Amino acid sequence: MTNRPGPDTTTLVAIYRRMALIKANDERSRKVIMTGRLVMPYYSPRGQEVIPSAVSANLNDSDYICTIYRGTHDMLAKGVPLKDLWAELAGRVTGTCKGKGGPMHITHPKSGVMVTTGIVGSSMPIANGLAWSSQLNRDGRVTVAYFGDGASNIGAFHEALNLASVWKLPVVFVCQNNEWGEHTAYAKATSAPRVADRAASYSMPGVRVDGNDVLETFAAARDAIERARAGDGPTLIEAMTYRFHGHIFGDADAYMDPERKQAAIAADPVPRFRGWLIEQGHAGEAELAAMEAAIDAEIDDAIDYALASDFPDVAELGRDVFATEAA
Amino acid sequence: MGNITILESINRALADAMEADETVLVLGEDVADPEDGGVLGVTKGLSTRFGDHRVRSTPIAEQAIVGAAIGVSLGGYKPVAEIMLMNFTTVAMDMIVNHAAKLRFMSGGQTNVPIVIRTMTGSGFANGGQHSDYLEAWFAHTAGIKVVAPSNPSDAYGLLRSAIDDPDPVIFIENLPTYFTKGEAPESGHRVPIGKAHIVREGSDLTIIAYAKMVQEAAAAVEALAGRGISAELIDLRSIAPWDRETVLASVKKTGRAIVVHEAVTPFGAGAEISSVIHENLFHALKSPVQRLGAAFCPVPFSRPLEAAFAPDAAAIEAAAAALLA
Repeated sequence: MTNRPGPDTTTLVAIYRRMALIKANDERSRKVIMTGRLVMPYYSPRGQEVIPSAVSANLNDSDYICTIYRGTHDMLAKGVPLKDLWAELAGRVTGTCKGKGGPMHITHPKSGVMVTTGIVGSSMPIANGLAWSSQLNRDGRVTVAYFGDGASNIGAFHEALNLASVWKLPVVFVCQNNEWGEHTAYAKATSAPRVADRAASYSMPGVRVDGNDVLETFAAARDAIERARAGDGPTLIEAMTYRFHGHIFGDADAYMDPERKQAAIAADPVPRFRGWLIEQGHAGEAELAAMEAAIDAEIDDAIDYALASDFPDVAELGRDVFATEAA
Repeated sequence: MGNITILESINRALADAMEADETVLVLGEDVADPEDGGVLGVTKGLSTRFGDHRVRSTPIAEQAIVGAAIGVSLGGYKPVAEIMLMNFTTVAMDMIVNHAAKLRFMSGGQTNVPIVIRTMTGSGFANGGQHSDYLEAWFAHTAGIKVVAPSNPSDAYGLLRSAIDDPDPVIFIENLPTYFTKGEAPESGHRVPIGKAHIVREGSDLTIIAYAKMVQEAAAAVEALAGRGISAELIDLRSIAPWDRETVLASVKKTGRAIVVHEAVTPFGAGAEISSVIHENLFHALKSPVQRLGAAFCPVPFSRPLEAAFAPDAAAIEAAAAALLA
């Protein structure tokens, strides 16, 4: 880690706001599915709030991200508006993608969310291309590719990291190591003890950080993003975290060691960081409580808006397949 | 015949497109001049002329190539990615089928993927089972992808320029054994609309629908049939997805008989789709059932006599046509 000063109070509070939003949104998502108000495949990001919140604090609106099916936290941290997001989750025409993409394919170019893929490993090769466009434009944009530890075992990861290094692309690969690839534990599926070690094969810096620690994650992301922006090439960040829930909502997660899971939940990074902010004098209890209440209200509004919106017309089946609608 | 080969006309189309639009890029294995401008020299001269930032040789990594093409197109560029051989597209199917084809629809039209994937293939060069397949039906079966396969230099130029202009992904299939077939040179800037077939020769007894190298084989068959008093109409489909139903149906309505010829294996091929549409629309106008003529249902074989017997040729097309009229 560098000895540079950490983020200022405004930045820290903004990071917390993202984390609180992700946590509240996740809790609401599960409730909405549980009560039958919405039917959708849902991959909870609970427990992984810090990573995109700290990464996004170093990104501009115009920077790109490519993320994956477990990606609501990445999207919200990058600024996808709640109403557009919820309307998409509800399959409504007012959604980010007119209801045609759904939870696994949220796209919102205005906030830089260019691709959300449901295929493990596929965020990285496309992120390279976006980074190549920035390299050609010399516009200083950076692309972040988010993915899980399981994706570091798929060919696309290796092809993408190799190309990014050979072409010195302004891309940052952020592996959210939550210890699980679907139902299989990290060590059972991954030959390397650390994903970060794999960066050495591609001659790029590989950094492992505690992805539940805001300051550590922020510092690593800042270094990598600055390096990319300066034209010095890609970085692989392995951010260690833990998935609080099963792979997909409804998965009873019997394969997860209950003690390990309880320990992770007991060390929940969101209240931990909240307490730290107050303790260090960056924010007051009342201020944060008001922020959380505002987030809850915003989520209420978004859900109401989504559920009151129209479904897309069936004619949408023939639209957006090609630029020109089929006759 | 003419004065330019298919290979040269593809090179010219790329150069003219890059000259006309600086967002046009070329990437793929060996495509830049230090790597010989492609294994057969299709992209020769481009990196020297336009710079190695616009013409980039890549690692042998098809997912990375197509992924980079998709991403750079989302960033506003128009990349032409070379996947050296069509069989190698199978290594990048996730990028092509799950991403290039679907991002426009899944994003509700917010993004689109204006990429061209150039790829060569074709039996007849003793390349065996993993270097010669025609897989056009796989892509034509995927919503969101266009597929074209020119048979002559002028169409190769015009279709490639149209493919580069197109706002959606296009698979551009080049036939290796006919790269050096000569033909008339296209005018600079020539365009062949995607989805528009060409009537190579008019006839009244039957319609032969073909594309790529099979057009050359069918042209020889049509000549031989004329000598036997059979008047065959030859349609060069040029685009497989979308294909020109209007031209095909008008022709078959006139002749009442049709044979669809392709180098891909027959079962579940493009011929099945075309034949089915003809039957659905012209059942009562048909004088006999539509015939399909494709390759044997086996991997492309190596041994010379086996490979020679694998795909349809002029003699097989002539025989099938004569049988239809017998």
